[in-house]
Amino acid sequence: MHYSPGTHPDLPAPASTVGVRGWLVHNLFSTPLNVGLTLISLYLLYVAIPPIVEWVITDATWRGETREDCDRLGACWVYIRVWFKQLMYGRFPDDQLWRINTAYIVLLLAAIPLFLPAFRHKHWVGLFLLVVYPVFAFVMFYGDTAGLELVETPLWGGLFLTLVIAVTGIVASLPIGIVLALGRRSQMPIVRALCVAFIELWRGVPLITVLFMSSVMFPLFMPEGVNFDKLLRALVGVMLFSAAYMAEVVRGGLQAIPKGQFEAAQALGLSYWRMMVLIVLPQALKIVIPGIVNTFIGLFKDTTLVLIIGLFDFLGMAQAVATNPDWLGFYVEGYVFVGFGFWIFCFGMSRYSQRLERKLHTGH
Amino acid sequence: MAADPNSFAASSAVPPKKPPLWNDPAWRALFFQVVVVALVILLGVFLVRNTLANLERQGIASGFGFLGSTAGFSIGESLIEYHEENTYGRTFLVGLLNTIWISFWGILFATILGFIIGIARLSSNWLISKLAMVYIEVLRNVPLLLQIFFWYFAVLRPLPGPRQSLSLGDGFFLNNRGMYFPDPVPEQGFHVVVIAFLVGIAAFQAVRRWAHVRQDRTGEQLPIFWIGLGLVAGVPVLAFFAAGSPLHFDYPALKGFNFKGGAVMSPEFFALLVALSTYTASFIGEIVRAGIMAVSHGQTEAAYAVGLTRSQTLRMVIIPQALRVIIPPLTSQYLNLTKNSSLAAAIAYPDLVLVFAGTTLMQTGQAVEIIAMTMAVYLCLSLFISMIMNWYNRKIALVER
Repeated sequence: MHYSPGTHPDLPAPASTVGVRGWLVHNLFSTPLNVGLTLISLYLLYVAIPPIVEWVITDATWRGETREDCDRLGACWVYIRVWFKQLMYGRFPDDQLWRINTAYIVLLLAAIPLFLPAFRHKHWVGLFLLVVYPVFAFVMFYGDTAGLELVETPLWGGLFLTLVIAVTGIVASLPIGIVLALGRRSQMPIVRALCVAFIELWRGVPLITVLFMSSVMFPLFMPEGVNFDKLLRALVGVMLFSAAYMAEVVRGGLQAIPKGQFEAAQALGLSYWRMMVLIVLPQALKIVIPGIVNTFIGLFKDTTLVLIIGLFDFLGMAQAVATNPDWLGFYVEGYVFVGFGFWIFCFGMSRYSQRLERKLHTGH
Repeated sequence: MAADPNSFAASSAVPPKKPPLWNDPAWRALFFQVVVVALVILLGVFLVRNTLANLERQGIASGFGFLGSTAGFSIGESLIEYHEENTYGRTFLVGLLNTIWISFWGILFATILGFIIGIARLSSNWLISKLAMVYIEVLRNVPLLLQIFFWYFAVLRPLPGPRQSLSLGDGFFLNNRGMYFPDPVPEQGFHVVVIAFLVGIAAFQAVRRWAHVRQDRTGEQLPIFWIGLGLVAGVPVLAFFAAGSPLHFDYPALKGFNFKGGAVMSPEFFALLVALSTYTASFIGEIVRAGIMAVSHGQTEAAYAVGLTRSQTLRMVIIPQALRVIIPPLTSQYLNLTKNSSLAAAIAYPDLVLVFAGTTLMQTGQAVEIIAMTMAVYLCLSLFISMIMNWYNRKIALVER
């Protein structure tokens, strides 16, 4: 058939470039190398996935109360169920668990408005979370006032302890980190030198040595008769350590603020602190929110190290119950459960920080 | 002129009124720093006095004299000769060498694996890129200590004993005592191969320089890669056979209840090495991916436009630019790996923290000296790695005009 130029009806795209086949050709079988790689990966997946699925789900034991219920073909999730309370709360007394749960619920309820764009009074909620909530949580957890029973910190453990250490560490390290970052950029040579030395010292050594230091050296540093709780010592170590990292994150934000902002603030006659608090820090901290979240993820994973100085955090509890004589040989189940717990938190936070990064990237 | 009150010179001759002392920035800075220094000194005095009083009460001598006394405990594995009668100074050295040893191998494997993962993440093959993504997202969001425990307690410890070892090919055995593999033993005349290797490297350098000059003069290129391979690898291989294969392998063999001969990698070292390198590789993978993506696509197009081949583009245009972005964060990953190697203490691999800040501290009680020495070692290691990487970074840095 003859068409005059420009009148031919559009032909459909070749079958090899559209639809499922097009996608496969383009993404999996585009070159001989890719064909090989695809086939090898498919084979590896075929070998690896079915046994894992069988172990985790189909062959696993979900119901039962004792070790004898597990046939050892697949995972024994009964083990997790039996020890669930210990993994979550440590040795916190059963009849007092409502205190931890209440504190969790209050935290969640208070945090929700922060994520609603339409909510206007975010600063009040923030102030509540930073000032009132810590006191409230401490009273709830530790007790000994307001008619609450005293729960000693050696009874704290599991995911609860992990959250306490991570959140306290990050909240306390933020103000210290800001002060250190300002000190590092200060004009005063002695202040600057002290801040640089402090930051680089903690950043240059592993957290383990810091924890060792806080657990064996603090008792030496204190006057006779002053006794520090083991958890408090660990917290001080974690705080010093994360403050140094936080200082570097904040410094990154300070450096990103154009010089004109400082000069404009000075030209308006603002004092150093008013310039920082009113002009520079609000902008700098906004830029580094993703960095702060990333520091938090790192700290959250690092809290597991406290088990080395004898605190039973989430992983420490899993390790402890794995050595229970009635339940020997269930390491893998414990690790999978704890690993999954950490993964959910860390993956969620890293996705959140990526989203924030895109949202805050207003561009210039 | 000087009498004219309106002239510029006259007005500058009358100095502006000085602010009061407490409002003068210079004085304020001085005052503030004096206060800070005084506070720091006060804190220091407070801590030192308490520490000295506490040490005296507990009857612990201070100072580094303990380094000379007998340690009296044994250490599982050591790169240098060590036995129980050696001193605490020797235990320090053993721990330090083990820390360096694990960090070195960890960095090596993490780099190789990390670059593979990073490149796989950028593959045009959907499956490969997604698998790399799953690897990265799973490993970097799970605490390292958990991964070390997993490899040690859940994978390596439940392995069968030596009599039922898993055999991984000729001379490789895996059991709960570790990984056994053939130990290469050089014989008489092996030095010929080493010399041939050094000569090959020297010759390669000379040929490369000459090829550069030749290309500048005539524009012709030499297949420098193949020549290099022939000189660096081919010459030693020829020398090896010419000298009558002066190398044999000492194979591990089951004798009684355990293996004899060969080389062995302890389960502690193996678990730590696997966990450290796979964990750090997930971070390095992301760094490599970001580095390669940071090279703008225009660079690739321009390279093709001036007629470079695909491999030349990669080698001469993309990698040098990507490396500039990759090296600084890579350095901090190396530092992290070195510091993370201290987690060895949790599975009893005798690194510095376990041997020195653990056992030695428990036995002597000299917390201040030992913790200070341990921290100083990590600071020095960090500085050393930063120095090497900064030197490398300067070498590849963009020469700006």
